[in-house]
Amino acid sequence: MKKLVKGNEAVVIGALVAGCDAYYGYPITPASEIAHAASEYFLPLGKIFVQAECEVGAINMVYGSASSGLRTMTASSGPGISLKMEGISYLAGAELPCVIVDVQRVGPGLGNIGPEQSDYFQVVKGGGHGDYRAIVLAPASVEETYQMTIEAFDLADKWRTPVFLLTDATLGQMMEPIDIRQEPTQRSDKPWALDTQPESNNNLITSIYIDFDDMETHINQLHAKYKQITDSEARAEVYGADVPDIVLTGYGITGRMLRSAVDLLNEQGINAALVRPQTLWPFPAKVYQEIVKPGVPVLSVELSRGQFVEDVRLSLPGHSVKHYGRVGGNLPEMGELVEQAKLCLQEAKND
Amino acid sequence: MTKVFEKSSAFFDTFERKPSMQKTTHYCPGCGHGTLNKIIADQVAELGIQDRTIYVGPVGCGVFIYYYFEGACASAAHGRASAVATGISRANPDAITVSYQGDGDLAAIGTSNAIHAANRGENMIVFFVNNNIYGMTGGQMAPTTLIDQTSATSPTGRTVKNDGFPLQMAEIIAGLEAPTLVARVGVNNPKNIRQAIKVIKRGFEIQRDKKGYAFIEVLSQCPTNWKKNPVESCKWIDEVVSKQYPFGVFKDIADEREAVERSCERVEFAAVSEQLGLVDTEKESSQQIEMLQDELRFKFAGFGGQGVLSLGMMMAKLAMQRNMQVTWLPSYGPEMRGGVANSSVVVSKNTIGSPIVDNPNVLVALNRPSLVKFGALVPEDGLIIYNSSLIDQIPADLKGQAYALPATDLATEAGSAKAANVVVLGFFAKKTGMFSLDELEGFLRETFKKQALIDINLKAVKAGWQAAKEV
Repeated sequence: MKKLVKGNEAVVIGALVAGCDAYYGYPITPASEIAHAASEYFLPLGKIFVQAECEVGAINMVYGSASSGLRTMTASSGPGISLKMEGISYLAGAELPCVIVDVQRVGPGLGNIGPEQSDYFQVVKGGGHGDYRAIVLAPASVEETYQMTIEAFDLADKWRTPVFLLTDATLGQMMEPIDIRQEPTQRSDKPWALDTQPESNNNLITSIYIDFDDMETHINQLHAKYKQITDSEARAEVYGADVPDIVLTGYGITGRMLRSAVDLLNEQGINAALVRPQTLWPFPAKVYQEIVKPGVPVLSVELSRGQFVEDVRLSLPGHSVKHYGRVGGNLPEMGELVEQAKLCLQEAKND
Repeated sequence: MTKVFEKSSAFFDTFERKPSMQKTTHYCPGCGHGTLNKIIADQVAELGIQDRTIYVGPVGCGVFIYYYFEGACASAAHGRASAVATGISRANPDAITVSYQGDGDLAAIGTSNAIHAANRGENMIVFFVNNNIYGMTGGQMAPTTLIDQTSATSPTGRTVKNDGFPLQMAEIIAGLEAPTLVARVGVNNPKNIRQAIKVIKRGFEIQRDKKGYAFIEVLSQCPTNWKKNPVESCKWIDEVVSKQYPFGVFKDIADEREAVERSCERVEFAAVSEQLGLVDTEKESSQQIEMLQDELRFKFAGFGGQGVLSLGMMMAKLAMQRNMQVTWLPSYGPEMRGGVANSSVVVSKNTIGSPIVDNPNVLVALNRPSLVKFGALVPEDGLIIYNSSLIDQIPADLKGQAYALPATDLATEAGSAKAANVVVLGFFAKKTGMFSLDELEGFLRETFKKQALIDINLKAVKAGWQAAKEV
């Protein structure tokens, strides 16, 4: 049935529908409603909910339960995600499936509790130490937050890897209807998990390979897996004109605002299209290469001073990509986006 | 002839998890870890709990315990073994969870995780191997290093002035309510080993019976980093180290405690659905709302406490029930300053792009600052409803059609000034024809639980409806 919920609550409902067994977290604005809802629903269902002593504790409890084969999650916002990064590196190194939600706020430092998209580097490019990757899903609505949370658990199991859900203060706090029903979800067999059966006596969850050759083999295997993920899981929403004069791009809340900007531009006779990545790693580079024809200007918008735009530029070598960003908790107004798009078109003509 | 000493069956026969030299351990000659490993394995084998035992190894000299114990093992990040063990113990309520940690790991970088696992009374047994030095990283000072003891980072000896006092973890843990067994033992001579076996057996029995958290500090010798030979090292524990860290059982209250059972259930969707309170109420009135435009963008603004967030939510829910696309967004950032709380609502026939409302088609302003702030943003074909009970002057720059509604007065007459938002709802519904009075009344009956509140809000919505007829 349809329920009007906040994005943060949709995360927990999605997790329940996906059969999440355990939640470990620590309070932080603007992600706290996730912990509130998890505490409300998990314990009465006989599932695990622990408010950890710190973010570091929470992510390492995730490591423990994920090692045991449970569908496990945690959620936080930028400063908390910074603290979790060590643990995330261990999770990736030990190939443990889990879901981590980052409801982005403003940084650096304490920043403020408004919306920003400045955790992009930290979440998409690694953040923790070592040569690892984590799948990053970027919803743009409450319904997509719900659906992607379910999907995140499946992807985590399928690829034995941590999966991020990257939202922001706006998406977390806003309400939209979600349609809650039983969804098909694929829980993998986990013969590697630590449990109380004799068969698991030989199971070992670790990221240490003291022998250099063994370690190299392990890292190479991780990257063979990352290649498969890159080839099969990248995706983006494309919207607007079939033959665009300008392509707008952004993810999450920004991508959604750009959808409105595309409509406004098209009303004004400017053929505009939107590319909104739904996965940030793997990045849907091929979609950009298909949609953006040579000479067509690209305006990349994000709530940061230019992190996401680097991946857009890497996807379109030799192509001119203009960046526009608002920070500090401010969101661009619709008129501002339309104006930036026109400016971008003008600059392309002048070139 | 009986065998009086043999390799424990809870150890691997050959250490195949070890890349080389699979018949010997990685421990230095004279190190206490090997003896402790042997005692643990013996007790696990003797109690018949080997298949249920899950070991968590630390960073430090204990990092490779998984080479030796034939059991499910996880290696944790530095200091995090107690947190990892928490996740394992909760996930495996029937497991015997072992967290094996050194003094840098547990008493420095991981103190917080260690204390809190103890304080929650997790079902786990923690071995805290105290050799008062960082072994694996090359003999640096630990929180447990003795005063005047030299190390790689206290070359002229630890001083109280610079480094504080040696940390007595067993005593700290014993001060907590939850732990059921807290003791300090040694593995440096036969007498101490016999006592260690007794205490460790007790610890595992407590785990077998799910009687909570057991903490066993083990004074262990580190000849390599102490720069003493094994015999001198064993003697040094008796003569010096144990003076700082006295042996003993500080707490054993397991017999007084009930077993701690924590659940880890897998449930079907039906149980989730029930917990979420999902009921399929397919409304008959699922026909979409007729609106002047395909999309209406609302701003509800006023003082905190005037119910502008809930008014927005009511609008969103009402429209959702009529199969419209809706978004609701609470005030954010600078808009929150100056006593102007607000919510933005978009109601649309189509997929909603931006949920941000810059130029509202409909503005509800319940106080003057709201009208001043947002009034001029409403376009000419837009609608403004302002609370004339609190606003006597309207700004000159309004373009939209403005209606004065004494919402607070009407709400007060209905029984509570807090119902001003519902007065507005009635007024708006009548004015635009978006909802019928019946629909609103039904909604209010579902929304409010207490009869007294239902009555007030029914009066309020009618008052608003009536006022719209009179304009």
